[in-house]
Amino acid sequence: MNGIHDMGGMHGFGPIVREENEPVFHHDWEARVLAMRVATPVPIPGGSRNNIEQMDPAAYLTTSYYEKWLHSHIKGLIDAGVLTEAELAARVAFYRDHPEAPVPRREDPERVQRIQAQLRRVVESPRLDLPIQPQFRIGAAIRARNIHPPGHTRLPRYVRGKRGVVARFYGIYDFQDAMPAGTTAPPQPMYAVRFDVRELWGESAEANSVVYIDMWESYLEPA
Amino acid sequence: MSGNHHDSHHPGPESYAALRTKALEALLVEKGLITTDVIDTVVRTYEQDIGPLNGARVVARAWVDPAYKQRLLADGTAAIAELGFGGRQGAEMVVLENTPTAYNVVVCTLCSCYPWPVLGLPPSWYKSYAYRSRVVREPRTVLREFGLELPEAVEIRVWDSNSDVRYMVLPERPAGTEQMSEAELTALVTRDAMIGVAKVQVPATVGRS
Repeated sequence: MNGIHDMGGMHGFGPIVREENEPVFHHDWEARVLAMRVATPVPIPGGSRNNIEQMDPAAYLTTSYYEKWLHSHIKGLIDAGVLTEAELAARVAFYRDHPEAPVPRREDPERVQRIQAQLRRVVESPRLDLPIQPQFRIGAAIRARNIHPPGHTRLPRYVRGKRGVVARFYGIYDFQDAMPAGTTAPPQPMYAVRFDVRELWGESAEANSVVYIDMWESYLEPA
Repeated sequence: MSGNHHDSHHPGPESYAALRTKALEALLVEKGLITTDVIDTVVRTYEQDIGPLNGARVVARAWVDPAYKQRLLADGTAAIAELGFGGRQGAEMVVLENTPTAYNVVVCTLCSCYPWPVLGLPPSWYKSYAYRSRVVREPRTVLREFGLELPEAVEIRVWDSNSDVRYMVLPERPAGTEQMSEAELTALVTRDAMIGVAKVQVPATVGRS
């Protein structure tokens, strides 16, 4: 979707603010949010990123990073049917009225072992071993299609309609864009495509600079 | 409004987020969907264990071992796994080599894709609207703000990570480090150099003796 999250090339966000010796988390709740999202074994319908992209644009801009994750995780669990807005609201009200009330604890060493393996062990590649021939060769001149999918897409606006060159072929991957209900996209060849900044931003672009971006084959057409 | 530290300046939304987080954790634990020790483990892992030191070890190894460097550039995931690193947000790693004529810098304009197993969780500036919006349009200006002025003859390559592939930069080994051990080299390598917004610097005291 042409959403506020698709920020490549936008003006107006000011200088990049850096924090010296930044902690991994600024608040305890941020750490809990990250951990819950990483470790809750519930598939999120439509995906977590999609939930963030569907936020009201004004809310997207004015909430912090982990507030977005919290929003996305709650929405995902409600959509998955394991949580209701009403029970969450009731529990929020309870903790507001009883700030000293403890959070229930439960432990399970087996689950701890499983999550440790997930975080550290080399996981299986998402690359698929399928006999699909890539349509484009390394060095091929392409154009990113000028399409505007209304749902989740990994094709940012700033490359649409622009000419580039296929730089790398990565293999066959599941397509990540949202598909019409009841359909699944067939896996596709995926490439890294190189765009000159003058093609992207015009003649006043900075000197001798290029942008590489990963492209599923259906994003591309011959140039 | 960079969106960087919104929560630290506005106690209202922060406490509401903290409250909702607490309520969510309580419900997920009661439902048996997650356990407290699992949450604690994930937090501890990213606060203490998985961070840029992993990536620094990969870089230092590549600097001292040409065969390893070759494997790293050919198949990043496998070469990084040789040192024991891999896992979530790093299933498909590609390592980009900086040279005297090409300088790489990594971003995710759509969200915050970042190679967790080698760099840990991303810093706030990497996730900021300013960095995401600007570095693909004016990379030289952005790098200059980070204190890095590169000659026009050096090609700047910005990598927008928008797929399952996660990118890490292999910085140039600085001159004057020929006598250093792998462990000493590891200590020089910074997170910012592996994202591509800095070069690896040699401390002024080194090599003076």
